[in-house]
Amino acid sequence: MVPISYYLVLSAILFACGVLGFLIKRNVITIFMSIELMLNAVNLSFVAFASYWQALSGQVFVFFVMVVAAAEAAVGLAIIIAVFRTRQTLNPDRVNLLKL
Amino acid sequence: MLHLALFLIFGVIAVVGAINLIAQTHPINSALSLVVVMGSLAAEYLLLGAEFLGAIQVIVYAGAIMVLFVFTIMLLNAGAEEQTRGSKVAIIIGIPGMVIGSVAVAWALIRAHTGAEVPVGSLYGSAQGIGHLLFRDFLLPFEITSVLILIAIMGAVVLARRES
Repeated sequence: MVPISYYLVLSAILFACGVLGFLIKRNVITIFMSIELMLNAVNLSFVAFASYWQALSGQVFVFFVMVVAAAEAAVGLAIIIAVFRTRQTLNPDRVNLLKL
Repeated sequence: MLHLALFLIFGVIAVVGAINLIAQTHPINSALSLVVVMGSLAAEYLLLGAEFLGAIQVIVYAGAIMVLFVFTIMLLNAGAEEQTRGSKVAIIIGIPGMVIGSVAVAWALIRAHTGAEVPVGSLYGSAQGIGHLLFRDFLLPFEITSVLILIAIMGAVVLARRES
């Protein structure tokens, strides 16, 4: 028996790590991985609440989040490749001009 | 008791992996830390009885998505992250603000603890149950998701194509 608040605290810690990584990292791929970490943290609280309320639809929502995350990863990494091809850098601080 | 012990073990592994993701400077190390986080989250899902989601987590997240990340890192030959000076505001306000915010959230969650507990495997999320729900109650969102995936495939191909 684990209290539901333990799951929520774990989820909050992981989400906070994701936000921190998103803010302080200087590599666009790592920033993208931080976003995935935040999505995973939210998924954990979805599953915990699904068990708590005995509602299987919470787990279906996690399934949808995973599908959208997969689509987002494919498009995002394609954008990163396109940006790297024109700028030759992965540092978002150097990608600050619309014009080349 | 065993449930709590397993929860704590995998929770600590997940948090250490998440901190390691931030601490590492080379993106490939961060990617491998993220695989550790996702694997331990899959174990947490299994503890909650969501066996289908645990399997999907390993196959889709730790398998497919992370392979895509590692592939991109190797394709772009990404080296260690270059250190640039961040803004002072982020350091002075941002990091203490985040610490205070997370402590406040954790305190509120612990204090609001009313003895509500999740027994092990209380909601058995089998592939059959999720499939019934997915193809009956959530049929329209499921179909819209397939269109979304199709658009994402086309977008990825168009964006990553070399301009001739």
